[in-house]
Formats: sequence, C-alpha cells, structure tokens
Amino acid sequence: MSVTVRIPTALRKITADQDRVSADGGSLSECIDALETSYPGLKERLCDESGEIRRFVNVYVNGEDVRFLQGLVTPLKDGDEVSIVPAVAGGGWA
Amino acid sequence: MAMLAIEQRYIDEMIAHARQEAPLECCGVLGGRDGRVLKLFRATNAERSRYRYNIDSQELFRINRECEENGWQFLGIYHSHPDSEAYPSPTDVGLAFWPESLYFIVSLRDAGNPEVRAFRIRDGEITEEEIEIVRR
Repeated sequence: MSVTVRIPTALRKITADQDRVSADGGSLSECIDALETSYPGLKERLCDESGEIRRFVNVYVNGEDVRFLQGLVTPLKDGDEVSIVPAVAGGGWA
Repeated sequence: MAMLAIEQRYIDEMIAHARQEAPLECCGVLGGRDGRVLKLFRATNAERSRYRYNIDSQELFRINRECEENGWQFLGIYHSHPDSEAYPSPTDVGLAFWPESLYFIVSLRDAGNPEVRAFRIRDGEITEEEIEIVRR
C-alpha cells in the first residue's frame, strides 16, 4: 500500500524540505514505522514514549482525525492521504 | 520594518471574538502570504477553558487545507487571555508548535482597553514583534 503523507513545516527539516512524501503500510502504525526508516527522527515527533500519538499532534487519514477512526491501527489503502498537523494550542496565566 | 501587515478590521475581529467567548479563551488563525494577512479564521476552542486553548482538530484540518489551496501560510495564530496580560504564558511557550507563525494575544484584563500584542515563539524564546496596521 502506498500512501501520501503531508508533512507540516515544523517537521520538514527531517524530510529534507519535502512537504509530501510517500510511505508504505497497511495501517497507520506501519506507515509511521516506514516513515521512520526513511526519515529517522520522525516517529519520535509523532509518538510518545508509550508509542501513542502525541496529544498535541493531529494525524488525519483522508481528512479525518484518526482519534475518531481507529488511532494507530486505522487501516490504510492505496492512494490514501495521511496528514500531520501540529496542534494550535496554548493557554493563559492560570 | 514590520514583519507583518494587518488590517485594523482583523485586530477588531480578534477583540470581538475574545469578548464573545469570555470568560473562556478564544482562538483562531490568520492566513495570508508575503507578510500580509488575507483571512481570519475563527476556530472552536476544544478545551472550552479559561486557561487553555486547542483548536478543534477537524476545524484545524479544514483551515490548514484552505490555506494550502490558496498558497497561504498561518501567518498568525491568535488567542485570548481573558484575565491576564497579553504576554505568552509558560503554557503558550511549551505548546508553540508553529515557529513560523506570529502568536497574537488579546488581553481583556482591562475590559475597557483590550490589548493586542504579537510574539514569535521559537525554541522556547519569546520575541515581541512590531506589526503594521494597514488600510484595506
């Protein structure tokens, strides 16, 4: 399965400035592992120590937040588009 | 020279949004290119909090896609501090994942005199930036 992965500006140092890259994988988890092989360091930016997607990173498959799909086990098919968008977040002086 | 040119109506709209959401924090995105803001996107604060904001993920996807399709960047990201000063909090610095964007903060601490300031937050460093108010 070959999918297109959209890379946000903040992570393009890792992908040699490419804003979209190809990756293989039958699930999101496999796709992320494939990305890590091609672009070492990327997985750490997407997943925390327990291997889950970081709270302040949004990952979408065909525009749907994977938190509302099946998370890391979301199946991928040929031609799917995976998008990574960092959270727009912060807060005030508590 | 200012790094970012923005029309007064966008400043006014950020303040109006902040007042509408108070006492909760509001948030949104300023899309544009070549240092010129072209559209303000109001967004839903998924945290619904007085002290935290996080743009709803599905809205963020749509805003990001519309900007990409127009060749725009997130020139600015804005949120409000309903009860505190217009300066990045430790939370703002810790969650600043958009080093290329200017972070606008609307303070409503003095309700009659809202204050809007803009900062670059990069690698934990806060730098206030001058903004240029332009005519339409």
